Amino acid sequence: MPIFVYVVFGIGVLFNGLGAVALIRFPDVYTRLHGATKCTTFGSIFTAVGVIVYGFVKGGAEYNTLAIHTIVALIAILVTNPTGSHAIARAAHRSGIKPKGAVVDRLEERP
Amino acid sequence: MIVEPIVFLVVATCFVFFTLFSLFRIGLGPTVADRVVGLDTLNTMVVATMIVLGAAFDQVIFVDVAIIYALLSFVGTLYVARYLERGL
Repeated sequence: MPIFVYVVFGIGVLFNGLGAVALIRFPDVYTRLHGATKCTTFGSIFTAVGVIVYGFVKGGAEYNTLAIHTIVALIAILVTNPTGSHAIARAAHRSGIKPKGAVVDRLEERP
Repeated sequence: MIVEPIVFLVVATCFVFFTLFSLFRIGLGPTVADRVVGLDTLNTMVVATMIVLGAAFDQVIFVDVAIIYALLSFVGTLYVARYLERGL
C-alpha cells in the first residue's frame, strides 16, 4: 500500500474528527451545520479517494470492482451532502430559529 | 502484508468513535434542527465507515450498501427539512 493512502486516510480521520468536535462545541444550529457538514464531506471525500487508490494499486478484477464502486459512492456523497445541508439550513431559518446573539435578520422575507 | 487490514480497522474505529459525538447531539440538542444536523452527520460517518470496512474485508457488497444508504438518507433528510419548513 503506497504512502499516499496513509496520508489521505490521516487527512480524512482528522477532518471527520474536526466535524464531530464542531458538532459538540459550536453554539447554535447554523454554526454546527457549517462545521459538521463541511468537515465530514471533506473527510469522507478523502477517505473514499484513499480506498480508490488502494483498489487500483492492488490490481486484479476484484479490487478494480471495489475501486469503481467506491467512485460511485463518492459521487453520491458529493451530490447529496451539500444539498441536504442547504435544505436543513433553509428549513431552520424558515421555522424561526435565530442565530445566537443575532440582533437583526437581513434574510427575513418581507410581506 | 498484515498491516493493511489493521490500518483500515483503526480508521473505521475512529469513525465509529466520532459517530458517538453526533449521537450526543441527537440526544441533547435543544431544537429539532440540531437533531437533524446530528442525524445528517451520522449518516455521512456511516457511509465513510462502510466504504472503509468494504476495503478492509474485501467485500464489494459493503460499498454497494453504502451507496444505497447515502441516497436513502438524502431522501430522509430532505423530507425532514420539508416537514420543518411547512408541515407535511
